[in-house]
Amino acid sequence: MALSTRTTDTIEAIALPVMAMLGALLLFGVFIWAGGKDPVEAWVLLFKGAFGDWFSWQNSLQRAAPLMLTALCVAIPARAGLVVIGGEGALVLGGLACAGLPYLFAPPENAFGTALLLLAAAATGAVWIALVGVLRQQRGVNETISSLLLAYTAIALFKHLVEGPMRDPASLNKPSTNTIAEGLRIGGMAGTDIHWGLAFGVVVCVVLGLWLFFTTSGFATRIVGGNARAALLVGLPSPRIIVVACAVGGACAGLAGGIEVVAVHTNANASLIAGLGYTGILVSFVARHNPWAVIPVAVLFGGFGAAGSLLQRRMDVPDASVMVLQGFAFLLILASEALRGKLFAARAPKPALVAQALPSVIKANV
Amino acid sequence: MSSMDIFLNVLVAVLGGAIRVGTPFLMVSLGECITEKAGRINLGLEGVLVFSAMAGFGGAYLTGNVWLGVLLAGVSGALLALLHGLVCSLPRVNDVATGIALMLLGSGLAFYLGKPLIQPQAPQIPSLNLGDWSDSAQIKSALQINMLFPIGVLLAALLAWGFKATRFGLVLRMAGDSSDAARALGYSVNGIRIAATCAGGFIAGLGGASLSLYYPGSWNEGLSSGQGLIAVALVIFARWSPWRCLGAALLFGGAGALGPALQSVGISSGYYLFNAVPYVLTLVILIWTCSPTRSVKGAPMELGVTR
Repeated sequence: MALSTRTTDTIEAIALPVMAMLGALLLFGVFIWAGGKDPVEAWVLLFKGAFGDWFSWQNSLQRAAPLMLTALCVAIPARAGLVVIGGEGALVLGGLACAGLPYLFAPPENAFGTALLLLAAAATGAVWIALVGVLRQQRGVNETISSLLLAYTAIALFKHLVEGPMRDPASLNKPSTNTIAEGLRIGGMAGTDIHWGLAFGVVVCVVLGLWLFFTTSGFATRIVGGNARAALLVGLPSPRIIVVACAVGGACAGLAGGIEVVAVHTNANASLIAGLGYTGILVSFVARHNPWAVIPVAVLFGGFGAAGSLLQRRMDVPDASVMVLQGFAFLLILASEALRGKLFAARAPKPALVAQALPSVIKANV
Repeated sequence: MSSMDIFLNVLVAVLGGAIRVGTPFLMVSLGECITEKAGRINLGLEGVLVFSAMAGFGGAYLTGNVWLGVLLAGVSGALLALLHGLVCSLPRVNDVATGIALMLLGSGLAFYLGKPLIQPQAPQIPSLNLGDWSDSAQIKSALQINMLFPIGVLLAALLAWGFKATRFGLVLRMAGDSSDAARALGYSVNGIRIAATCAGGFIAGLGGASLSLYYPGSWNEGLSSGQGLIAVALVIFARWSPWRCLGAALLFGGAGALGPALQSVGISSGYYLFNAVPYVLTLVILIWTCSPTRSVKGAPMELGVTR
């Protein structure tokens, strides 16, 4: 049976991440087993806690919503060729802006008011990550490092404002900003605990996927990321495209922060700094920076997050077990890139030897 | 206390803090320096730092010997870095992304295995008391020097000499500047890079030991917040020279000591903002040293981080 290259590529694009995830689960089992616990129980609990019943599904989906948006903060700049990992900063500042808007004026307590709050969140996130793009374009500052430094700075700024000038005097044990008015909050969808943030996440993923794959400007963005020299040759405004891609990603992460505030916490407090931005990095890499693939991957990792507490309670393992699993998954996903093109190598024609002589040069240029 | 006294107290505390807070910076930046000289970036040193801090603390606590703990910190750092080296040697694997993965894995493993270590007290790295001549308590405490700091200075000297004057240093730099040349001379580029990453992980691990066994001197999950990453950026600022890494580490140590120093004299408003000074300073320095048109002077040619 002869498969076309396109088919084998598609099969590979799905099979490699699946294999990597299975490998990560296997390694996680070995890790649990080495600690003297039953790995099978851990796997079963992981599944039950994530997708075992309607209650855990709700929990998983609720956690998936912000992950979709923070993953986009990695995926969209990655399509323009930048490894931005500071989504956490855009998220906390977005949440802060959302909680802070009512300090300036009283927004109408209806959907329009909520939209204003979320807009403030998205705009703040957009500016924060766009700054990363500008620094890269204007000064050649490495975006991976600068985005993470900005994330730490954003968290410091957040803590300063929440515990200082913006603190609600009534919040004694847990410093918080003023609570958002009832009419501005987002509730559950159709009588469930899953708030509308999930719908936001899915819609934004779908729309940005359509933009990337079916519009001219999306195509231009992918060219800038895929081959900077080609982009230069055809006269694309690369600097602007890169900054816009960063701003779009930052807007998504800021929106995630805003949604967490209006739907979950009802004010900005330290619970917002929960590492959602960092898990988003992993989600985006597993989804190979494809906005559509982000949706199921975010649900999967939302599920693992939900299962973490069950694992902690039932098996008496530290809550960091989920982080270990995520670490294994991340490393194996990257390592699986080495197998790309080899899964069907027996059927495909032998690769030309020329490709072997060049890698160092190519590596230096990408 | 007059404002002059307050100023002097803060100044002394910052200068003393430069060494105390700067030692982990020094170790991690030296580790990163070796790695980058060989042509690879290891952003995962942040994870290495956290993991080795946990391992060092655990080792010192369980054996009761602080130097065994330090050794264990180095070895565990080297092992984690070895993983980075091996994974990056696979074809088409990006070293920056692998570093991010290692950050996550290192922290996860450290939090998981270090859960029982949060309460206990471990023996601490002894300090050199250079301030015994003084009557002032501030000067005495400022001149209490972490024993790892002189070790770090020696390492910087050793590396500077090694890069310049030894065969191994030359081969290492060749792998970082032109992998083709190294390959043409029959060296395994991947082998050199794995060895360099591994050695870098060992040195960074000593920085982790400094965190958990000297200052702050305990193990908890918020022990490192980006010091490992700042150190990576610091190597760019130091233009890949071990001696300049020392200067930069002291500068950043001083910046990191500013918040606690102000708090100790009663200035606590804006505490979080002062703690953010090292991040902002790093960013400013990066903006200042980097340029979009040319790569940074002294950068290994095969390195992607300074494009």
